[in-house]
Amino acid sequence: MRAAVKAGLAAAAIALAFGAAEATSERGGETAPKLRAGKAAYARWCAACHAPDPRLAGTLALQTKYEGAVPPALEDRTDLSPEAIAYFMRNGIAWMPPFRPTEIGDEELAAIGAYLTAPIGQRGPHAPLLAEEMMMKREDRR
Amino acid sequence: MAGVRAGALADGLAAMRAVVGADWVFSAPEELHSYRDFYSMLWDEPEERLASAAVAPANVEEVQAVVRIANERGIPLYPISTGKNFGYGGPAPVLSGSVVLDLKRMNRILEVNEGNASCLVEPGVSYFDMYRHLQETGSRLWIDVPDPGWGSMVGNALDSGGGYTAAPYRGHWEAVCGIEAVLADGELLRTGMGAMPGSQTWQQYRMGIGPCLDGLFRQSSLGVVTKMGFWLFPQPEAYLNCSVDLQRFADIEPLVDLFNELEYGNIFNGMPSITSPVLTRGNPMMFQEIPAPEEMERLVRETGLPAWRGSLTFYGPEKVIRAQWEHVKERFAPFEAAAFRENQFVRLPLSAEDLKTVSKARFGIPSMEIFAVGSRGFGDFNPSDGHIWFSAIIPRSGKGFVEANRVMRQACTRLDVPLFMFSPAVTCWTRAFVLFAAVPVYKDKDRNKALREKVLEIIRICAERGWGEYRCPPAFADAVMGSYSFNDNILRRVNERIKDALDPNGILSAGRYGIWPRHLRDGRPA
Repeated sequence: MRAAVKAGLAAAAIALAFGAAEATSERGGETAPKLRAGKAAYARWCAACHAPDPRLAGTLALQTKYEGAVPPALEDRTDLSPEAIAYFMRNGIAWMPPFRPTEIGDEELAAIGAYLTAPIGQRGPHAPLLAEEMMMKREDRR
Repeated sequence: MAGVRAGALADGLAAMRAVVGADWVFSAPEELHSYRDFYSMLWDEPEERLASAAVAPANVEEVQAVVRIANERGIPLYPISTGKNFGYGGPAPVLSGSVVLDLKRMNRILEVNEGNASCLVEPGVSYFDMYRHLQETGSRLWIDVPDPGWGSMVGNALDSGGGYTAAPYRGHWEAVCGIEAVLADGELLRTGMGAMPGSQTWQQYRMGIGPCLDGLFRQSSLGVVTKMGFWLFPQPEAYLNCSVDLQRFADIEPLVDLFNELEYGNIFNGMPSITSPVLTRGNPMMFQEIPAPEEMERLVRETGLPAWRGSLTFYGPEKVIRAQWEHVKERFAPFEAAAFRENQFVRLPLSAEDLKTVSKARFGIPSMEIFAVGSRGFGDFNPSDGHIWFSAIIPRSGKGFVEANRVMRQACTRLDVPLFMFSPAVTCWTRAFVLFAAVPVYKDKDRNKALREKVLEIIRICAERGWGEYRCPPAFADAVMGSYSFNDNILRRVNERIKDALDPNGILSAGRYGIWPRHLRDGRPA
């Protein structure tokens, strides 16, 4: 099974991107069990550019593009749809190339979409960047 | 499609589906979109290099079967590792109509040997994957990473990419020890000590016996690399970065010569840099044209910024690297008004606090931070759709540094080549400077067409002076290979003879780095 995202979604995706926004810089709580696979996939494929750090490419690009009308970090967005997320991941935008089906399968793509569109309260804390995650694991081992 | 008989592709894809499974052969337009070079300078033009299909084997046996199917039918294949070679071609083939052989699913880390400080990996292993593995297993070893961490260790080494740590590791091809490759007839070759059954030294001694064949696979079209060994960097005790500022224009030549002596004499082992604070004021990524000596010294006086800054990096025990830095300072004492500075000292492993302040790549930590330059540029929003790299090897001397800067800067100004990064002397390789220039590209045919002509002119200008690119996007591969023209282009002709011998049907990576199989050479003999 593979994604066949239609080009017609582009307009919908762009329209959605201007929807209501809810900014949250710090988040806690537990990640809902049904979202954990999507969150891990987000951490693996998206966080390196889209985590809430203004120096990162995706976060900086979205801050520049929307000038704060929506939160610049994807994990803080409440206005996205799974279709819009799938469209951008399979078609690319600006410097972000499309992701191939050998990199992100349709199941993983859907899980990322589910995570980034779940109610904020179910998402738990922001996914860590890889280096931070490894640092936490190392400190846990001590 | 060039040279493929009618029905052969459909028949071949059916046979490939039987090998890898129907889910791993892609031929629908929306699937193949992700195999386009998103940074192509030929985007949407008839000449854009497009795949006819993609096939993704899971193991070596499947690669061999797919290659045999293609060889029997004359179907061109284009292997990619993780397909992230953006700026130099991305996941797209060089020859349109090729079937991309996508090796991303082959992502096993086969061995990490702590005692030997080495690893053996498949082509789908990214720098992120390897870093995670080393950290989670408590390894004391470092990888060397390029700026974007999503790339393949194997792919980046095969394309001769580079990173930022110590000298034996930051030239990624130079850190390779042992290759396994599937040849065009489906046979499996192992280089070096891997050719000896039962050898335990594949990742220890690179050469084996007789001619060293590793080079056949660098930037090549002769095989599908399915395993590669690397030497890894044992984590040092400490890191020290220091710099020396110099005030006079004439200091550049003795500065480069002394840095060379100190690096080649193993006084420092990390990546050095030579820049000009006065000529990069405002934007550290854009080195301005080096003016006449008196003008440069006037700027130095007016701004209070140094003419030159040489930075050195040391990895090792604290006692040793501090002594090495003391020695460097003694050697620079004869320079008039030399100013020394310790920029950063860090004990390893990094603490959580250190992680916030260090340049991650200098510690073998993969990230994607570099891509921020495309989000906003430096100061101005830069809404380009991608970029290509111009990467010429220039002489590692003060004279070479100044001349290459001036020639390139003047040419880019005269030709109106847009740049968002210009760095005259990058030192991924210890014995050479690479002049890097990053050119923004757009999904705009007219702009790209004009830009291609300009880049071809830059290639010609550099070649006249003996400056050759070490790597380039496919749109310029023929021109760059053509510029290596000693003895009527014998380099290319010998490569073609080898190509004809090892891949007589010309199925692998046709056109890669300007090497074409016989049937695509327009009758020209090798």
